[in-house]
Amino acid sequence: MEMKKNTRSWQKHMEQVVYGIFLLLGLITIGCVLLITVYLVISGIPAIRQIGLVEFLFGDTWKPTAAEPSYGILPFILTSVYGTAGAIVLGVPIGFFTAVYLAKMAPRKIKLVVEQAVSMLAGIPSVVYGLVGMMVLVPGIRELFDLSDGACLLAAIVVLAVMILPSIIKMSVTALEAVPKEYEDASLALGATPEETWFRVSVPAAKSGIAAAVVLGVGRAIGEAMAVMMVSGNVANMPGLFESVRFLTTAVASEMGYASGLQRQALFSVALVLFVFIMLINAALNYFLKGDRKS
Amino acid sequence: MKPIITAKDLCLWYGSAQALDHITLDIPENSITALIGPSGCGKSTFLKTLNRMNDLVEGVKITGTVTYAGKDVFATDVNQLRKEVGMVFQKPNPFPMSIYDNVAYGPRTHGITAKKDLDQIVEQALRDAAIWDEVKDRLKKNALGLSGGQQQRLCIARALAVAPKVLLMDEPTSALDPISTSRIEELVTQLKDRYTIIMVTHNMQQAVRVSDYTAFFLLGELVEFGATESLFSQPVDRRTEDYITGRFG
Repeated sequence: MEMKKNTRSWQKHMEQVVYGIFLLLGLITIGCVLLITVYLVISGIPAIRQIGLVEFLFGDTWKPTAAEPSYGILPFILTSVYGTAGAIVLGVPIGFFTAVYLAKMAPRKIKLVVEQAVSMLAGIPSVVYGLVGMMVLVPGIRELFDLSDGACLLAAIVVLAVMILPSIIKMSVTALEAVPKEYEDASLALGATPEETWFRVSVPAAKSGIAAAVVLGVGRAIGEAMAVMMVSGNVANMPGLFESVRFLTTAVASEMGYASGLQRQALFSVALVLFVFIMLINAALNYFLKGDRKS
Repeated sequence: MKPIITAKDLCLWYGSAQALDHITLDIPENSITALIGPSGCGKSTFLKTLNRMNDLVEGVKITGTVTYAGKDVFATDVNQLRKEVGMVFQKPNPFPMSIYDNVAYGPRTHGITAKKDLDQIVEQALRDAAIWDEVKDRLKKNALGLSGGQQQRLCIARALAVAPKVLLMDEPTSALDPISTSRIEELVTQLKDRYTIIMVTHNMQQAVRVSDYTAFFLLGELVEFGATESLFSQPVDRRTEDYITGRFG
C-alpha cells in the first residue's frame, strides 16, 4: 500500500518536471522573438529620430560616408518591393502551373521525380544560388541585353523567382490535393473535361492555400540577402531593371562590417523596416490560412 | 416500353476482382428503375458504368456493351454522354461557390454565357428541383450554407440544368434525414415524366415507394429484373425472395 502511494506521487512529481521542461522550451522560443523585436525597436528608433522619419523612409539618396551625409533608404525599400514583386510575377505562374500539373496530371513516376527535384531546390544554400547566378546569369544578361555589367535588378529577380518556387509548388500541391474528390466527380459528371474541372473547380476550391503559398513566397523573397547581394551589383541606386541595386537586406549585410556612428544606427533602422515588412506578410499569411480553416 | 439504355453481357473487373458478371438489362424510358442488393453487389458499379465514371478508376477492365439511345457509350464522346446522362451522388457535393454558380456551372461548361439565358436556366432548374422558393433570395450565397437536404436538391438542380435525358442517382438519400428523404422521393416521382431515372438504393421500402422497375443484384450478377410490384410480391428467384424478406443483406 505504502509502495503504491509512493510510486504514484513520484509519477506525479515526474509529470510536473516534464511539464516544466516543455514550458521552458516553449518560453525560450517566445523569448527569442520578443528579444529580437524589442532589440530592433530600441536600436532602430534613435537613428530614425535623428534623421527624421520622412527623410529616412522617403529620401532617395543613401550617402552615409559623404562629407554631407544623407540617409534616405527609399532606394532600398523600392528595390526590395520591386525585386519581390518581380520574383512573384515570374515565379508564381511557373510554380502554380507546375503545382496543377503535379497534383492533377502528372503520371506517378514523373510526379515522384519532379517532387524530389523541388525538394532539392529548397535545400540548396542561398550562397550557391548566388554563385551560380554570378557565374551564369550575370554574364548571360550582360550579353543578352548588351550591358556593361550584368549585375542588376533583373538578375536578382530571376534568382529570387527560382528560390521561391519550391515553397509555392509544395504548398499549392498540398492545397490542390486536399480538394475533395467529390467536387471533381460532380464536375466531370456534368460533362466538363478534366482540364475545365481542375481550373474551374479544383483551383478555386484551393485558392486560400494557393494564396498562402504566394504570401510565403513573398516572405522568402523579401528576406533573402546572400543570393541577391551576389547578383545585383549592390549599389544604392533607385531601382531599374538593368540598374545595379541594393536591397534592404543587402544594405545591412554589406555595410554592417565597417559602419559606425549614425550610419551603424541607421542600419538597425533599415533592419527594423524589413522586420515590419515581414510582420505584415505574416499577418497576411495568417489571414489566408484562417480563411481556409473557416471554409 | 422502349428501352433508353441497354446493357449486354456487361462484365467489369477492378484489377483481378470481378465486380460485374454478364449483366444484360434494358432500362425503360421515362420511368424510375431501382437497383437494389446488399453492399458490394455491383449495383453502384453498374450505375457508374452508364455514364463512364468508372473510367476514372485505375485498373478497370470492361467487356460487353452498353448502348444509350442506340449508341455505344464506350465509343461516344464522354463529355457529351455525361451531358445527357447526369448523375447525383450519395453525399451532397455542391461546389464551394454560390448557389447560382453551382447551377450555372454545367450550362457554362457547355458554352452558354449570356446572362439572360443563364438566369432562366438556373431558375427553371431550381424550380424543377423544388428548391427555388427556399433559395431565390440568396442565390449569391455560398451553397455550403444550405442544409444537407437542400444541398442534395441543389445537386439535382445542377444536374438538371444541363438538360439531361437520364438521371443516375447513387443512394441519393442515404446521408439525409427522413423529412429530406421524403422530399427527394416526392421530387423524383415528379421528374419521371421528363427524365429516365435510375436509382441505387439500400432501402427496399424506398424502392417500393418510388420505382416502377427493380433490378436485384447479388455478387456482381443481375439476379432478377421486373416491374417493382411483381418483383416484391412474387419474386421468381429464391435469392430475391430471401433478400426482400430480410433473410440476409
